[in-house]
Amino acid sequence: MAHFAITPLGDAAVTVELGTGIDPETHRLVMLFAAYLEDHPLPGMIEYVPAYASVTIHYDPLQVYGSALAQGENGAEPELADLSPYEIMELRVRQALGQMRMEQEFTPKRVEIPVCYGGEFGPDLEEVAAHNGLTAEEVIRIHCSRDYQVYMLGFAPGFPYLGGMDKRIAAPRKKTPRLAIPKGSVGIAGEQTGIYPIETPGGWQLIGRTPVPLFLPDRDPPTLLEAGNLVRFYPISREEYDRWSRTPK
Amino acid sequence: MSIVVIKPGLLTTVQDLGRFGYQKYGIIAGGAMDPFAHRVANLLVGNEETEATLEITVVGPTLYFEEAALIAVCGAEFAPAIDDDVLPLWRPVWVKAGQTVRFGAAKSGVRGYLAVAGGFKIPKVLGSYSTYLRAQVGGFEGRALRESDALALNGINHLHERLIRRLQAIGQKGETHAAAPWQVSSAFIPMYSSSPVLRVLPGRQFEKFTEESREAFLSEPFIVQPQADRMGYRLQGGKPLQLAERAEMISEPVAFGTIQVPADGHPIVLMADRQTTGGYPKIAEVISADLPLLAQAPIGSEIRFKLVDMREAQRKRMMLDLNMRVLAQAIRLFAYQGGTP
Repeated sequence: MAHFAITPLGDAAVTVELGTGIDPETHRLVMLFAAYLEDHPLPGMIEYVPAYASVTIHYDPLQVYGSALAQGENGAEPELADLSPYEIMELRVRQALGQMRMEQEFTPKRVEIPVCYGGEFGPDLEEVAAHNGLTAEEVIRIHCSRDYQVYMLGFAPGFPYLGGMDKRIAAPRKKTPRLAIPKGSVGIAGEQTGIYPIETPGGWQLIGRTPVPLFLPDRDPPTLLEAGNLVRFYPISREEYDRWSRTPK
Repeated sequence: MSIVVIKPGLLTTVQDLGRFGYQKYGIIAGGAMDPFAHRVANLLVGNEETEATLEITVVGPTLYFEEAALIAVCGAEFAPAIDDDVLPLWRPVWVKAGQTVRFGAAKSGVRGYLAVAGGFKIPKVLGSYSTYLRAQVGGFEGRALRESDALALNGINHLHERLIRRLQAIGQKGETHAAAPWQVSSAFIPMYSSSPVLRVLPGRQFEKFTEESREAFLSEPFIVQPQADRMGYRLQGGKPLQLAERAEMISEPVAFGTIQVPADGHPIVLMADRQTTGGYPKIAEVISADLPLLAQAPIGSEIRFKLVDMREAQRKRMMLDLNMRVLAQAIRLFAYQGGTP
């Protein structure tokens, strides 16, 4: 049974829950609703942010109210002017959910990401292998063997929250976080895998590094990945990594 | 010709009203911590409120003006001076070429905003001038100002010219400058305090906290901890705030003013440079109109929270936005017809 809930996030945002867990069906609805908002922006909407099980819409209350007054003048929805901007947003979100085609398939884009595993780029690869009673080669093979779902971006610019990692290569976070993890580092934390788009402190187990930039501030969209993508890793050698890094983008 | 940084101050960054449309890519909104003071500073010099300003923090910079400029300083009281004259706040001031503007340490409030007519000549990154310190993009070379930086200025328009002419004609003249003989009405300016009462709306997980924690949150004081920066303010109350049932939270978006409670039970108020999403339960949301009070509260401040309803929160915010439009009109009136706003 689908779960929908509309609740305020402060006085200038509304969160629309489309499910309760991290699962592909909820994700499909989140992506469909995000696509609907992209094609049919609500009056006064500043931006929408998809997450695991919800989409949040940031809005300008005065613009929302102004748009309702304008509609009232045309006789379309005269009662709107009696509502607060939040109530107007809630009404319009309900309308949008009613108009959205729920049965639509969402076709994800697949992005392949080269990773140079182990060595100086993956100082924790052996530790992850030992923790799971595997060899380093087996960890790499398993890490590259399936598609990961980009559920959402957050934490840092272009950082993907990836779902679907094989539990056989899970490993706890480092006891002492590193002060600086180089950008492009590919890591494992618990049952999650991820890529650091910029240098940042962190406690992930580092198993490799990609030469492909994930945050591209001069481009629009400014990130390699978007919510809804599928990610597949493939191993490259140190020579290939160096060649890739030298290629002008 | 530029404004040259003689001393950078503690943390002086270029900010505007934020970077919007990119939170879905994990790119923070950022922007001025005190949007009210930022907007008023811009309007006073005849700018759009979205123009870039300098956000000055706790200890202000020393700036040398190679060229004359129309400026306004709003927000915290840093006892600024133009050479040896007092630089009055909350009003447009005409600074002559060769003068130095010095800021001291903040006495009331902690953040000041300096706007310049025409704005600073820097490129926008992803639609905004705001400095994104962690990603090192936006603002002035993606970082806080340093000694010897030179900030080039944009050209000025007709409104700016008229404002300057009016100040030269009727302004209060010092040796070095001409200031408007009026300032923004003090009734319009928030009262900065080290014991502010912040109005809040219930957060998305408010009901999930124990009744005792909800009561404590709305009745007891919380102290601003030293870990209070552009990302967020850590607060310390009495007993840790607790959920009725331990529940696994799924990460979801947060907003400017979201108050989240990590496992230790001590709340964090998310500010301008907050991350786009968070995984801690949200007990409350500070209303937009009261965010400047928190942005201006120093470490050690004693915060209290008061619950209001959505209608009141949004009415306050819309009145504030409309008052900004009225202020912009009053400035135009002063520039073109005389009179004082």
